[in-house]
Amino acid sequence: MSVRSKVIEAIQQIAKEQNVTLPALTDDLSLHETGFDSLAFAILVARLEDETGVDPFTISEDAAFPATVGDFVRAYENVPA
Amino acid sequence: MSPREIFALRDYLSPERKGRTISDAHEVVSLTDILSQTVLGDRLRELSGRAVLLKLSDQLRSGLAMIELDGIARRMLLCPPDLNPAYLDALIADAGIDAVVTDEPDRWAETGVSLVVTAQLPLQAATPVKTERATEWLMLTSGTSGVPKIVGHTLEALTGAIVAEGPARGPAPVWATFYDIRRYGGLQIFLRAILSGGSMVLSDPHEALADHVARLNAHAVSHISGTPSHWRKLLMSGAAAQFKPGYVRLSGEIADQAVLDGLKAAFPDSSVGHAYASTEAGVGFAVNDGLEGFPASYLGNRNGVEMKVVDGSLRIRSTRTAHAYIGRNAAALTDGDGFVDSGDIVELRGDRYYFVGRRGGIINIGGLKVHPEEIEAVINRHADVRMSRAKSRKSPITGGIVVADVILADGTDQARAKEIRDQILDQCRTQLASHKVPAVIRFVEALDVTPAGKLARTDA
Repeated sequence: MSVRSKVIEAIQQIAKEQNVTLPALTDDLSLHETGFDSLAFAILVARLEDETGVDPFTISEDAAFPATVGDFVRAYENVPA
Repeated sequence: MSPREIFALRDYLSPERKGRTISDAHEVVSLTDILSQTVLGDRLRELSGRAVLLKLSDQLRSGLAMIELDGIARRMLLCPPDLNPAYLDALIADAGIDAVVTDEPDRWAETGVSLVVTAQLPLQAATPVKTERATEWLMLTSGTSGVPKIVGHTLEALTGAIVAEGPARGPAPVWATFYDIRRYGGLQIFLRAILSGGSMVLSDPHEALADHVARLNAHAVSHISGTPSHWRKLLMSGAAAQFKPGYVRLSGEIADQAVLDGLKAAFPDSSVGHAYASTEAGVGFAVNDGLEGFPASYLGNRNGVEMKVVDGSLRIRSTRTAHAYIGRNAAALTDGDGFVDSGDIVELRGDRYYFVGRRGGIINIGGLKVHPEEIEAVINRHADVRMSRAKSRKSPITGGIVVADVILADGTDQARAKEIRDQILDQCRTQLASHKVPAVIRFVEALDVTPAGKLARTDA
């Protein structure tokens, strides 16, 4: 499974658990518009860390938190293996 | 002599009570003949009036030495097996120790302790002695980091709850405990065995659970006590099937409904009760209605134990509490009114109080305070869960999130793991605030339990 589909699948799973109705997850959708609160994002980052072994937001001290779904996915895609 | 009679342990033993024993995995010692025998090489007289450190590698000799020393030594300090040796010097200074009872005399030869007495089996013949004084019993607190605190008790305080219950009806009980008798929970059981005229079967940390249960059966154990973690381990092991105790007791940790129901199912013919006690607060009460928590009517003054809830924590005043912390910089044990603050947080729901966790065990989730025990109690209600542990994990988003490690019940089909995880999360979402719902649930084979029998909470 590609990194992108792992991320999207995790987002959809958490949305289901949290009763969040997601809009279409296009790359330019702002994370704010996903309907996720900070707790939902915290869950997402923790689960992706367990699944992929990386937490791109902790690795780098100065990493800016992504603004869009596309940025978020790329943060995982761009982690050096 | 003192204005009232002083009872020591030896005064509860007599040659008329036949067939009483205390045993471990290796030896069986008769308690019937104990008054004319010694584990101290007949050197008890030298320890009269001394402040004695009891530092032995096994419980059997420790228990026998306690019987001899009580009423003779000025004070005795019990060392649990997991005591960090680096703390010994501080404890010796704080307790004013001037004698040690040990099975490793060579280790003590070059230390400053002036009198070293070796405890040894088999027992030797000795001249019976008479109780001279009320010995102060010093115990160490568990679960604190750094040098443990020394807590001062008297035999009268330690046995207050046992004496209040009165003599047991029916045949003399055979007591056992998963605890070590050098800790408060285990010592209570040792004392119950002595005072009740019964026998005692000691635990052994190196023994496999199935062998331990076989030994409990061989000695016809009728009464047994342990922490909920001890009991969950036994239920998971499958070794409980052959065991039929009359009375099953839990203490030392929160007994949630899941473990009470699990024990009732495993031991349908036994009484199952949970007791509330701590090294400092002594024995508060026992709950025998099969339900978690305790009736709100227990607050106030009940059988000489006064309880109140202040700032959410249970406070206890009674003659069974410890009388002081001992040492050079010892803090006050009670508040100005004589109440011990247990640090156990309770919550009133309906007409019952429920334990939600330790004040010091709170984890911080995005600035909100969470008791891991409260989350575990909800997870444990799932029929396929045997045991769980909630903890915090760092999060770059909220600072912290709740994660849970879960042990599934024996024989759970691993293919159902995802389904069970979803059900647990559903259960948590309906019963807990959203920040308390675990972000991640991990299924594990085992969870660490401390030497004191409590779920290890190293990050709490």
